[in-house]
Amino acid sequence: MTSATSTDSNSALPAMGLDATPDEAYNASENIVRVRGVKRTYYIGENPVHALRGIDLDIKRGEFMAIMGPSGSGKSTLFNMVGGLDKPTSGTVFIDEVDIAQLDPGELAWLRCRKIGYIFQTFNLIPVMTALENVTLPMIFAGASLEEQMEKGRRLLELVGLGHRLHNKPGQLSGGQQQRVAIARALANDPAIILADEPTGNLDQKVGEEIIMMLKRLNKESGVTVITATHDDKMYKRSDRVAIVIDGEIQAVIPPDLLGDNTVDGFLQQMKDDKEAAEAAAITATNETIVASS
Amino acid sequence: MATMSPTRVERQISLPFNQAFKIALRNITIRLGRAMITGAGTMLGIAFLMSVFASKLVLQAKGVQLEPAQIQKSNWLVAMSLLVCFVGITNSMLMSVTERYKEIGTFKCLGALDKFIINLFLIESALLGFFGSLVGAIIGLLFVWLTNLSVTGTLDWVSALLNLLACVAVGTFLSVAAAIPPAMRAAKMQAVDAMRTEV
Ligand SMILES: Nc1ncnc2c1ncn2[C@@H]1O[C@H](COP(=O)(O)OP(=O)(O)OP(=O)(O)O)[C@@H](O)[C@H]1O
Ligand SMILES: [Mg+2]
Repeated sequence: MTSATSTDSNSALPAMGLDATPDEAYNASENIVRVRGVKRTYYIGENPVHALRGIDLDIKRGEFMAIMGPSGSGKSTLFNMVGGLDKPTSGTVFIDEVDIAQLDPGELAWLRCRKIGYIFQTFNLIPVMTALENVTLPMIFAGASLEEQMEKGRRLLELVGLGHRLHNKPGQLSGGQQQRVAIARALANDPAIILADEPTGNLDQKVGEEIIMMLKRLNKESGVTVITATHDDKMYKRSDRVAIVIDGEIQAVIPPDLLGDNTVDGFLQQMKDDKEAAEAAAITATNETIVASS
Repeated sequence: MATMSPTRVERQISLPFNQAFKIALRNITIRLGRAMITGAGTMLGIAFLMSVFASKLVLQAKGVQLEPAQIQKSNWLVAMSLLVCFVGITNSMLMSVTERYKEIGTFKCLGALDKFIINLFLIESALLGFFGSLVGAIIGLLFVWLTNLSVTGTLDWVSALLNLLACVAVGTFLSVAAAIPPAMRAAKMQAVDAMRTEV
């Protein structure tokens, strides 16, 4: 019942490969992330948990992509795959046309360091380090000089409005401020992609919206691709496309205005209703043909 | 393999040792209380070791000939103290790694290589081991000396100093050795697993 629902813009391309048409090849270069047939099964003892059941998804360079879905639907699992933090049970993730499963640990570390900026629901700042030190940490890993680190660290913290809090530890900052430090840290090595897994999950409405606006602004101004998971209905309005994940499958990839003022739940209900209506229509149709042919 | 990965992905550089050293030092100074407890284990073990050595010197200074049985007993004590030291340090390092799973996961997300994580923990424990055993050895020597002030003139101070240095070396070495298994474990952990672990 759920199988054939991958829709419109996320065209279910045949697994890109040997016989890619020129058209597909062009599409491919435009897509910074391509996810093909990704499955992830966890085992709890002997029992398999199918967190992802075969995901196909293309994300364009410079796009602001929201991934929505109820709790436990597999959003974080998908993020871990795209971010190279975990390997799919089967299927492939391409970042800039590189199959990340083929990378050795050194290359993977480079990818995490330079290509991808991570933002987490729980901020994940290093508690013993100041805001500035947190932001410069990825630059240390990238081998930047001390002057570069300090100059850029300051600039990034100013960019997120924390120029006056350089030397505060995370414990001395509010949740929203901590998340802004995390955003600055994610930007440290000018990544091509920002992966934000429920960045507003631990923040109240107003602060959450500030964070969303900030991500949106960065996306507009620097062209960084933003992929964000959320079950916050505020987030999708700012995004270019919304992917709806239910139970480890992508149900639909739609522009946000198609959701209108609907919540995701409302949209899903509507989708279900439409489908039932369609099925009912199909049944009537077959009945009619049966009647007609007899 | 190398030919398959396109040129756009490079390999992460390993960090210079001094960066790992700086971060490790900060970890210690910032969690000083925690570090003191870890260091205290080493300190006590080494203080005991040193006092065994110093007692021998004191007996020598007093002109007492040690019997084989006594020598055997003191060797036994030395072995015990080293064992206690080793177990204590392994335990504290394991705890300190477990406490920091999430931090390790974050480090990995930001591009840290396994080697860097290992270096971080080994440097940390080397520093703790060095200072812990230095303090321990001094305490051990002072204790024996202060309880035997009469031998001050005849004590072989050169040997005492050499023993002290040996104790510091042993303590530092033991600390590093004890930290290897937990450090390896920390480094080998998948970033996701490390971050998911709530302690
Ligand atoms: N390490 C794991 N071991 C076993 N099962 C797991 C593991 N991680 C995730 N799962 C399972 O996989 C499914 C998807 O989890 P995931 O964390 O991706 O959901 P999510 O969409 O991010 O949810 P939320 O919105 O609550 O963050 C869930 O059923 C979860 O129980
Ligand atoms: Mg999640």
